[in-house]
Amino acid sequence: MIPAIRAAALHKRFGDLQALNDVSLDIQQGEFFGLLGPNGAGKTTLISILAGLTRADSGRAEIMGHDVRRDYRLARRALGVVPQELVYDPFFNVRETLRIQSGYFGLRHNDSWLEEVMHHLDLTRHADKGTQSLSGGMKRRLLVAQALVHKPPVIVLDEPTAGVDVDLRRSLWEFIARLNREGHTILLTTHYLEEAETLCKRIAMLKAGRVVALDETRNLLQHTNEHCVSLRLAEGGPPSSWAARMQTVGDGSWRVSFSDYAELESLLAALREGGVRVSEMQLQEPDLEDVFTDIMKRT
Amino acid sequence: MSGFPALFYKELLRFWKVVVQTVVAPVVTALLYLLIFSHVLEAHVEVYPGVSYTQFLVPGLVMMSMLQNAFSNSSSSLIQSKMTGNIVFVLLPPLSYLEFFLAYLGAAILRGLVVGLGVWAVTLWFAQWSLPHLGWLLAFALLACGILGALGIVAGIWAEKYDQLAAFQNFLILPLTFLSGVFYSIHSLPAFWQSVSHVNPVFYLIDGFRYAFVGHSDTDPWLGLLVATLCFVAISALTLVLLRSGYKLRH
Repeated sequence: MIPAIRAAALHKRFGDLQALNDVSLDIQQGEFFGLLGPNGAGKTTLISILAGLTRADSGRAEIMGHDVRRDYRLARRALGVVPQELVYDPFFNVRETLRIQSGYFGLRHNDSWLEEVMHHLDLTRHADKGTQSLSGGMKRRLLVAQALVHKPPVIVLDEPTAGVDVDLRRSLWEFIARLNREGHTILLTTHYLEEAETLCKRIAMLKAGRVVALDETRNLLQHTNEHCVSLRLAEGGPPSSWAARMQTVGDGSWRVSFSDYAELESLLAALREGGVRVSEMQLQEPDLEDVFTDIMKRT
Repeated sequence: MSGFPALFYKELLRFWKVVVQTVVAPVVTALLYLLIFSHVLEAHVEVYPGVSYTQFLVPGLVMMSMLQNAFSNSSSSLIQSKMTGNIVFVLLPPLSYLEFFLAYLGAAILRGLVVGLGVWAVTLWFAQWSLPHLGWLLAFALLACGILGALGIVAGIWAEKYDQLAAFQNFLILPLTFLSGVFYSIHSLPAFWQSVSHVNPVFYLIDGFRYAFVGHSDTDPWLGLLVATLCFVAISALTLVLLRSGYKLRH
């Protein structure tokens, strides 16, 4: 099957900054794919190249098999992009904005789909409002709606939940997950790693313009075997054999990292022998944030 | 289906939504120019025999308003879209550079013509016309709006700040229009400034346009038509090259 998105040996330099350095990845049709990385890692540059907003110095980018430069009409028809910046055109209301955007794709009688998109994004009651008067969250929904006017098979969301309240985040993800179930390919960048962990089946991590990790989310989560336990001690301090490994986090609480559950057993035994009473214990499994931090540190 | 009609419609709707600022205001400005200059000079100046100063002035004012507003339409639309970031809405869809050019140009021409028509309509109180050369009138009006509309696209793409666009407008467009014989015939100038006027393309636009109204001109209208056509072709070609290369739009 043709990949929904193909980046092959992409390079891009802005002055002294090597924004992308030999980036290659394929995203298959129907995938929910996460693109993670710290600020300045090259995520937005990669998305901009896929969308035709930026031109790569070398390498190839394709959307549904269409080269983004040579077959730009077909490539852009297959792609919907929700930009990171909260942009809007203050001259128009919500419905006009969507009709005009739809018209740019050559779609004239598209109102029933536009009404459906507005309904799902809870924009219907704001349809006749000027875009300038919309709240930040509503502007974000409008951007999502604009990206969907032409029912693109591939949808790119660049930090779609930045500065968005919990309710909107939840409803937005429900809608995006539904689109994914219906067969749309989703490429997501986000700083909320728990979102990526829950939603994305596969993840690529970028650092300084390079792909430093590319794997299924569950494999990445096994990448680190660092577990962590938080303990609140009701009486006494840490046993001397463990004192060096226990970090105080204040209020009588301590954190200990370990890689093998046998170590946890011996810690608890040492506490028992020392007569230390544990009033609270919480075990923390590694999450994507730990994996991300670990990979960024090591590469 | 092409995305051109939607972009063209969007550009028209954009200026029509602020019609007071984009059409009514320039008509009022032109009317004020007419009231002041014709009141002061009507009794003292006769540029062509049998043509009153008001009759001489009106075509110049109509043309000046068309030029400034055609330029303003495309340049301000682009700079606003760039500054606010909503330019991505037209860069993400499958619009070709030619569709982009024609939509911005078409809307600029239409705004220029609407303003020109408005100025002409209010000046009917002061001067009546038989309009002996309607063909020349249309040709020069279209070419003038086309040249300045295309120049507006270039300026809108090039400028990165409102300040730069204002410099383009104040140090290029305004002197070119004011020093082109809107208010006077270049024959009243010293020989040196007459020669300078002949390299100003706006002079030919105003001179040819005025010929359509009063049947008199400082140069042959065919020469004016040639200069205007060449200017339009050259600026359009430059604009298309810039758009095709993605200059300052697709980095």
